[in-house]
Amino acid sequence: MLKVENLVVKYGMIEAIKGISFEVRDGEIVTLIGANGAGKTTTMHTISGLIRPASGTIYMDGQDITKVPSHRIVSMGLAQVPERRRVFAQQTVEENLILGAFTRKDTEGIKEDMKKVFERFPRLEERRKQLAGTLSGGEQQMLAMGRALMARPKILLMDEPSMGLSPLLVREIFRIIEDIHKNGTTVLLVEQNARMALAVADRAYVLETGKITLEGTGSELAKSEKVRKAYLGG
Amino acid sequence: MSGFSQFIMQFINGLNIGSIYALIALGYTMVYGIAKLINFAHGDIIMVGAYVSLICLNAGLPWYLACIISILSCSAFGVIMEKFAYKPLRNASRISLLITAIGISYLLENAFQLIFTANPKPYPSFIALPALKIGAVTISANYYITFIISVVLMVVLTLFIRNTNMGKAMRAVSEDAGAARLMGINVDNTISLTFAIGSALAAVAGILYSNCYSPINPTMGSLPGIKAFIAAGLGGIGSIPGAVLGGFFLGMIEAMVKAYISSQLLDSIVFTVLILMLVLKPAGILGKDVREKV
Repeated sequence: MLKVENLVVKYGMIEAIKGISFEVRDGEIVTLIGANGAGKTTTMHTISGLIRPASGTIYMDGQDITKVPSHRIVSMGLAQVPERRRVFAQQTVEENLILGAFTRKDTEGIKEDMKKVFERFPRLEERRKQLAGTLSGGEQQMLAMGRALMARPKILLMDEPSMGLSPLLVREIFRIIEDIHKNGTTVLLVEQNARMALAVADRAYVLETGKITLEGTGSELAKSEKVRKAYLGG
Repeated sequence: MSGFSQFIMQFINGLNIGSIYALIALGYTMVYGIAKLINFAHGDIIMVGAYVSLICLNAGLPWYLACIISILSCSAFGVIMEKFAYKPLRNASRISLLITAIGISYLLENAFQLIFTANPKPYPSFIALPALKIGAVTISANYYITFIISVVLMVVLTLFIRNTNMGKAMRAVSEDAGAARLMGINVDNTISLTFAIGSALAAVAGILYSNCYSPINPTMGSLPGIKAFIAAGLGGIGSIPGAVLGGFFLGMIEAMVKAYISSQLLDSIVFTVLILMLVLKPAGILGKDVREKV
C-alpha cells in the first residue's frame, strides 16, 4: 500500500530524516513510535506532500508519489489526521466534514459517509451546526478523524491522535482506530503513547533522531528491552 | 437647500465613495486572508481597469464590452502578478513581500505614465440613466448605479464564498493552508482565484470611479487604494463583512468631514481615525480575535 525508501528530509542545513525506509502493507496497522523531535511529523508531512524530501522515494500502490502535489495524493486515497487536529475552527462541524470530502464528486456517497461518521461519533451529530473551534479537545480529535474518513481513504495517516487527551479519551480514540481498521482501512499511526500504539499495531518501527533503529511486530517491540526502557517506562 | 437635504446629499456622497472603497477593500482583505500579504499594488489595479476600459471606449467598443474586457484583463493581470512576483516569495519574510508589492505599485504607475503620459485623460461617463429626484435631493445616475452595483457584487461574493466549493476552499486556505492541502484542496489555484476575483472587483471600482470622477491619470489608484486599505484595516483585515463595513464607514466619515469640518483636513482626519483605531482596537471592528481552544 505505502512504501518509503531511503527518505531524507532537510530543513535548510539540518537533516531531520536521515534515510529511512519502511512500509505499510494492505490492511495493516503500522505504527511509528519515537520521542519528541525524532522526525515523526516530518515523515507524515512528507508522505502527504506538504514537505518535499531531499532524496528518497515514496510509493503508493506501487506508484511513485514523491513529486505528486498534495491535493492529488488525497484523491489517490491517502488521507491524514494531522498533529494537533487542525480542524477549521471558524467553520461548523458539518462544514469541516464536507471539506474532508473535497476531492469527491459523488454527492450521494458523501451524504452516506457523513451519516456513517455521525453514527461513529454521535457527539459530532449533536454539534453539527457548532463552530469547530468551540469543541473540546476530544471532540476536535473525533472531528479531525471524521473529516479524514470523509475522503474515503484507502490508507489513513494519523499523527499523534492521543495528544493532550485524558486517559479515558485516549482509550476511546484507540478503540475507534481499531474499528476503522476493522472496516478495511489501512492505518499508519504515529504516536508518543508507545504502549497504546504497540498494543493495536500489527508492526512497528522505532524512529530515533531521524533514523529507524528497531522494527518488528507490535508485540515483539512491546517486549523488547530497549523499547521498554525508553518508551514504556521500564 | 435646507440643512436636512444638505445632510442627505452628503450621506449619498458618503455611500458613493464608500461603495468604491468597499469594493477595493474586498480585494485587499481577501488576498490578505488567503496569502497573508498586503498587496499594495492592489490600488493600482483600479487604474489599470480604468485605462483598459478607456482604451476600449475610445476604440469605439460599446460600454459593456469595454467593461468586460477591462474586468477580464485585470483578473488575468492579478493572477500573473501573483505568479511572477509573489509566488516565488511564498516562504520569504513578510517584509520582502511588502517591499515587492510596493515595487509593483511603482512599476505600474510609472509604466502607465510612460505609455499614456502623466497628463489626465477625460473619461466619458457612459452611465446614461436619468437622475433620481427625491424631494429637494437629486441623485445622479453615476451615484446610485455605483451603489447598486457594489452592493450586488458584495452579495454575490458573499454567497460565492459561503456556498460554492471554491468559496469553501478559500475559507479553508485562509484559516489553515496546510490543513487545507490535506483535504485535497489545490492551494495554488485557490490563491490564483483570489487574486482574480480581487482584481476583477478593483476593475469594477476603477470603472465606476472614473465615471464619477473624470479625468483619470496613472496615479489615480494610489490614494483610493490606501484609503481602501485603511477601510479594510478598520473593518478588520481578513474579514469580508469587515471590508464592506469599513469601506462605507470611511466613505461616510470623508463625506461628513468634507461638508462640515474642512475638505483640506480631510486626509489628515481620515488617517487619524486609522491611527486611533490601530491603538484602540488593533484587530478592527470585525477583526477576528485569534484565540483557539486547545
